[in-house]
Amino acid sequence: MRGVFFTAALASVLAVALICVFLFAQGLPPMLKIGVLDFLTGQRWRPTAAEPSFGILPMILGSVYITGGAVILGVPVGILTAIFMAEMCPKPVYRFLKPAISLMAGVPSVIYGFFGMMVLVPAIFEVFGKRFDMMSGNSMLAASILLAIMILPTVISIAETNIRAVPRELYEGAVALGASHERAVFKVMVPAARSGVLAAVVLGIGRAIGETMAVRMVAGNQTVMRMPYEFFSGTRTLTSNIILEMGYVERGSLHFGAIVATGAVLFVFILGINLLFSVLNQDIEKKRNKKGAG
Amino acid sequence: MIKYKLESVDLWYRDFQALKNVSIDIKANQITAYIGPSGCGKSTLIKSLNRMNDLIEGCKITGKLLLDGEDIYGNIDVNLLRKKVGMVFQKPNPFPMSIYDNIAFGPRTHGIKSRYKLDDIVEKALKDAAIWEETKDRLKKSALSLSGGQQQRLCIARALAVEPDVLLMDEPTSALDPISTAKIEDLMSELKKKYTVVIVTHNMQQATRISDYTAFFLLGEMIEFGDTKTIFSMPKNKKTEDYITGRFG
Repeated sequence: MRGVFFTAALASVLAVALICVFLFAQGLPPMLKIGVLDFLTGQRWRPTAAEPSFGILPMILGSVYITGGAVILGVPVGILTAIFMAEMCPKPVYRFLKPAISLMAGVPSVIYGFFGMMVLVPAIFEVFGKRFDMMSGNSMLAASILLAIMILPTVISIAETNIRAVPRELYEGAVALGASHERAVFKVMVPAARSGVLAAVVLGIGRAIGETMAVRMVAGNQTVMRMPYEFFSGTRTLTSNIILEMGYVERGSLHFGAIVATGAVLFVFILGINLLFSVLNQDIEKKRNKKGAG
Repeated sequence: MIKYKLESVDLWYRDFQALKNVSIDIKANQITAYIGPSGCGKSTLIKSLNRMNDLIEGCKITGKLLLDGEDIYGNIDVNLLRKKVGMVFQKPNPFPMSIYDNIAFGPRTHGIKSRYKLDDIVEKALKDAAIWEETKDRLKKSALSLSGGQQQRLCIARALAVEPDVLLMDEPTSALDPISTAKIEDLMSELKKKYTVVIVTHNMQQATRISDYTAFFLLGEMIEFGDTKTIFSMPKNKKTEDYITGRFG
């Protein structure tokens, strides 16, 4: 019987290992052929030109900027919502809010993309189009706003769980000193949950940087170098670069290899984020254990 | 001088009546102990003295509870009441921050910002709780790095830092080892010089050792109240006698 469980556990580990092996086996050689530095810091992506160039810096920056924007917009809203749900929410509101947020997590990203295309993009064009000389509403801003919405359920549910996990005794201790509810929550409970809240942010970043479908539908997808302040122009992310070109690329060509290598770079990003997450998690565990011993 | 005057206090948790017609006077600068078996209402009563029962849903209280003649369930600022009436809990509950910030939390809550003043308050509170010598070189260290007994004395210091009149202690030593317990008991006889102390305890030896007055509770009723010596040597009520001689409880 134990064998069955072991096999099941092995299957998931094997899947991750295989993905890892595939990505690097297929992605590294073309990266070396292009030149690692040229690939990572090249500013031109012209895979089908007579003299092709494969620089993915615009996409790396596109991913970083769009994710950064999503974090700036989404994380404060998410954390405040989590605090509200854990500490301030009347029960009838909670009964409505909790399933609504679970539902948010279940909405397919292509639906978010549709929402972005039909509501967000025209609205952005309407408001900022003339002032910033926009060609269309497709922009880093649209992608960031959409991603900010998409990371909310992740940030909210993890942050809420962690705030709820803070022992009630701390709240009572603060209130017994004459602290108001708000002060007890913001100065004691939330700081006590800070590593968990940080973990929520990190997972949100992971979700944002890996999102593909919704981003490609609203970001404009231009492969031009963007500065972080060019929020009203379109750009391409690592993820959308893969999905946009996978359809027509000739298998086995250098172009194909460069796309797989893009995936490998994205994978490294995700690995880094997960590493950060597990370090934070260990920190939380350590604190819990210490509490048990005390 | 009478600090607290309670007259026919009834308390319900929804349909369950946890306190039945309790009347008791608590004298200033004395230690009053509440004893009784689990579920007798002694913790409930101590929590109604600083309105911590407000946090429990469905809790309803009637009767008169006067602190220095003022009705604490009347039109008062609960946060100010809790500033005036400090509380130490059964399980040490230091905040996960530095020793200094733990002590300074209360004063900061009540508007003290000056670093100089806070330094003074922290030192004084830690000295009053007899933990200054152990902590003075590590004020910036996390309070969680202290032992259980030290944590509890830190919590006492934290309560003292807001300069309360009354100190409520809800089984403050039940989670501690005998040595830490002895330290806290020693401390209490010092504390009553400045504060009115009310303590809930399961430990009858503790009640005899430290308290001036003792109230015995059973099933939400106050059975007997008086001088600690009298209660333990010549209880008037048969139930009190049965409890303190260990026949039940």
